[in-house]
Amino acid sequence: MLNPYVNRKYLVSGIFVAFVLAYLIRLFYIQVIDDQYKFSAENNSQRRIIKYPPRGVIYDRNGLLMVQNEAAFDLMVIPRQVTPFDTIDFCKMLNVEVEDFRKMLKEATDYSGYRPSALVSQVSAETYAIMQEKMFKFPGFFFQSRTLRKYPRPVASHLLGYVGEVDEKIIEKNPYYKMGDYIGISGVEAAYEEYLRGKKGVSLYTVDVHNRIVGHFAEGKLDTIPELGNDIILGIDLELQEYGEKLMQNKIGSIVAIDPATGEILMLVNSPSYDPNLLVGRVRAKNYHKLLYTANKPLFNRAIMAKYPPGSTFKMANGLIALQEGLIQPTTTFGCSRGYHFGGIKVGCHAHASPLDLIHSIQNSCNAYYCNVFRKIIDNPKYKNTRKGFEVWRKYMLGFGFGRKLNSDQVHELEGNIPTPEYYDKYFGENRWKSLTIISLAIGQGEIGITPLQLANYGAIIGNRGWYYTPHVIHEIKGEKGIPVQFTRKNFTSIKPEYYEYMVQGMELAVLSGTARIASLDSIVVCAKTGTAQNPKKDHSVFLAFAPKDNPKISISVLVENGGFGATYAAPIASLCIEKYLTREVKRKDLEERMINANLLNASKEKPSNDAQD
Amino acid sequence: MTRKINILENIDWFTVSIYVVLAVMGWLNIYAVVYNEDHSSIFDFSQRYGAQFVWMIAAFAIAFVIMTVDSNAYSYFAYILYGVSMLLLISVLFFGKTVNAAKAWIEIGPLQLQPSELVKITTALALAKLLDNQHFKIHNLKNLFLMAVLIFLPVVIIVLQNDTGSAVVYAAFFLVLYREGLTPWALVLGFVSIILFFAALLTDKMDLVVSLTVFTYLVYFIINMRWKPFVLALGIFLVSLGLLYVTDWIAGTEFPFYYIYIAAIIVSSLTQLIIIYAKRIRNTSIIIFFFLITVGFTFTVDYGFNNVLESHQRDRINELLGLSYDPLGTGYNVNQSKIAIGSGGFWGKGYLNGTQTKYNFVPEQSTDFIFCTVGEEWGFVGSTVVLLLFLTLLVRIVFMAERQRSNFSRVYGYSVAAILFFHIAINVGMTLGLVPVIGIPLPFFSYGGSSLWSFTILLFIFIRLDSTRMEKLV
Repeated sequence: MLNPYVNRKYLVSGIFVAFVLAYLIRLFYIQVIDDQYKFSAENNSQRRIIKYPPRGVIYDRNGLLMVQNEAAFDLMVIPRQVTPFDTIDFCKMLNVEVEDFRKMLKEATDYSGYRPSALVSQVSAETYAIMQEKMFKFPGFFFQSRTLRKYPRPVASHLLGYVGEVDEKIIEKNPYYKMGDYIGISGVEAAYEEYLRGKKGVSLYTVDVHNRIVGHFAEGKLDTIPELGNDIILGIDLELQEYGEKLMQNKIGSIVAIDPATGEILMLVNSPSYDPNLLVGRVRAKNYHKLLYTANKPLFNRAIMAKYPPGSTFKMANGLIALQEGLIQPTTTFGCSRGYHFGGIKVGCHAHASPLDLIHSIQNSCNAYYCNVFRKIIDNPKYKNTRKGFEVWRKYMLGFGFGRKLNSDQVHELEGNIPTPEYYDKYFGENRWKSLTIISLAIGQGEIGITPLQLANYGAIIGNRGWYYTPHVIHEIKGEKGIPVQFTRKNFTSIKPEYYEYMVQGMELAVLSGTARIASLDSIVVCAKTGTAQNPKKDHSVFLAFAPKDNPKISISVLVENGGFGATYAAPIASLCIEKYLTREVKRKDLEERMINANLLNASKEKPSNDAQD
Repeated sequence: MTRKINILENIDWFTVSIYVVLAVMGWLNIYAVVYNEDHSSIFDFSQRYGAQFVWMIAAFAIAFVIMTVDSNAYSYFAYILYGVSMLLLISVLFFGKTVNAAKAWIEIGPLQLQPSELVKITTALALAKLLDNQHFKIHNLKNLFLMAVLIFLPVVIIVLQNDTGSAVVYAAFFLVLYREGLTPWALVLGFVSIILFFAALLTDKMDLVVSLTVFTYLVYFIINMRWKPFVLALGIFLVSLGLLYVTDWIAGTEFPFYYIYIAAIIVSSLTQLIIIYAKRIRNTSIIIFFFLITVGFTFTVDYGFNNVLESHQRDRINELLGLSYDPLGTGYNVNQSKIAIGSGGFWGKGYLNGTQTKYNFVPEQSTDFIFCTVGEEWGFVGSTVVLLLFLTLLVRIVFMAERQRSNFSRVYGYSVAAILFFHIAINVGMTLGLVPVIGIPLPFFSYGGSSLWSFTILLFIFIRLDSTRMEKLV
């Protein structure tokens, strides 16, 4: 039986023939007729030079230069084009060991004979000037210009971050990057990498037998022009940052200040710190290792990564939760007999009038008051059991930005810690813990860990009476419309604004005639709260403040490790920073001097303080 | 009744020779791409050409093994092979390795396999098995459904693997089904939709829809060759257009004319359909359906283009159509590829003398853009030889397929030809800037064991089937 469709083979074959014919015509056109694609045979030695645009420059909020660029040059090699040369002379000019040089040259040859690789990175402009004259003697070698970061003032190293060479992991993930490219690794450099880096360009040159560039290849038709990186303006106040770092010298700790109205971070001080110029260029890897093993970890970004118990600064949060849950009124009073006593448990307190109402409990930082408040929250009859009460408390705490990442543009930010019920289940056993078991949370001690950034943000929340913008260092990206949208949305806590007023009043009284008197300023109403974070060796000094009282312009958290009471070091340092920021001039020279000169690096070895609280 | 015959005598040595010549040419061209004087030995196994040599020898061994397997086995195990390969393909979704954004590879030790290559073969076998019946009715609903499942199941999974390029090749099976009796309208529909796709992107939609209308009425007239129904049809359309326009004007709704026009098309087509149904002239209804579908298609192209395709695929199509030009971005590969081929001239620059080739201007040159090397070093002459070799192979396979006595062998043979054709047409078209960049290999030429082996298996199963065609006397 003959297949009825057998004639269809002609159409199928016809399609095959038609395509091949069409392709042959096209081939004939581009290979023989059109000479747009032809290059003469002599043009067979090209050099592909990547043009790296300078990274965007970074300014502070007042237009002061924070990060700029400096020219440097990479010595490149195309191993196949290298002819025998005077190695010793060459190395002398470059200031490298002959042995090392040979090794590097072998590595480059192993990588590829044709493709250029960077032999010596970041040769200085001076060396470049000397060598450029003699390059004709060294075929196969050439320079490629790069820019390096330079920091006019050696501060703010953690928040700015640094730039380094990409590794294979990054290249695999993001095809934009090629071996030898730079990328922002931490801080602002990492967060705004895409804006700062600009766009690489490529130029193709024709090179003669003497390794000299004789002109653009293909009349520059194939070149791309590099696009400059966007400049960036940060919300940081560089002078304030510098001042903060000076105050914190010879101390361990951190200062974070935020403009509550915008969420912009005004200062982010870590101590000990390092000169950002150390992590630039050829010396970066060496210095990085050195810093990594330096005592007190100067590379550690305490402001966003360290967890500290917030001490008494935590009391406002507990008070607010109790108000919102309807468990206390502003007029509610609790007695205090030098502390809170229940069964065998005792939480000590200092001498003050008793009983106190809510506002005065903040003013005097009464521990007993907050033990009562905390127990009311956890044992709230509205919820069935301790666990449920605790979960409600924890949810409020997350609402204040504690125990979770705030998702600021400081990329390596950590969560801190608000313990979970599961944690206590594991530690004490299920149903084997009660409000009294975890009473230390009432006064901000125990398992709680808050980062200085979270603490400053909490200050902003209280100052704003219940809302905050996600903290960010960015102020403006030049050439872009606005900043990332997540920094322009208000976040609200689930607590009524009027409840915040009582806390603000308490904090105002603390400065006027309470535990935070040292932070008072003549012309500005400061609201503040001291704290002491219990520490096995010597307690940490904690302070939280915002000013002015209404429409605050700055919220600040200071943490001084082993600094003792909050009022001892953290409070004066915060106060000086507020004064500096709001009046641009510090009048209290004695206090300033005392703080700058204080050296607490060995304080942890002193005798532990007595257990009195502030 | 079957009779045993000497396999060696019945092997189609002509096809085998073309295969060997193409594979060796591919290997020599990979050598030219990677060539440098430091590693000048063509057998240096640390280099791609060394590896390709090993794979080529292994491919010959695979071909030999296939020739020793009983030819009935392929038909007997067709569905099982299809099932197993599908499982492998699905497993890639979970355990696969991602290369160039496509999660389509399995790593077994040093070997990297792309199961979608194997599935092409097993799909061809399964389809051949399905059609292996003298009384197979291709337009039977159940059969249409089964064929659609066989072909589209792997397509869906491959698209899920983000490997759209490999999925496109499955369109090859429509050519096979056409030969087996599928209505030519299916092919026409395929061609028309490709043309419409590009036309819709390139031209104003209004112009396109108007020209479609004019075209439809012309076809209508040519088919009927009578004035009366033509005038009637045109009249219905113009009246409904006028009515709708006036309605819009009176109601003050001010719809764009484009929408009014579309509405008129729908209204008049429906009216026409009713008349046709009443008068029982069914065949013209096909024209109207066709017309409605094309209009609907142009209407949805923009949506599909913007929402279904990935941005890099959009870029490649825009680049091809000249809607955007960025020779160092999206167009970089194609531009470099055209320069490499164009610079070859009539006679080529000579083996190992290609400068574009040597300096790695063309990315992926040993895999997807291998044809550039041919174009640059061997010129128009060499390119013509290669393309004619491929054409000879394709036509030869069609010729062989036609001499088969079983439907199974014929369908499989056509599948081989069609799959090879799609690969060649897309790959070469891409290097010439005629087809959007779709990363699929050139059969037997491109670097890579996985692709060389699967094309070898694909082809040699057919050579094996062909060698025993005399055994089956129906």
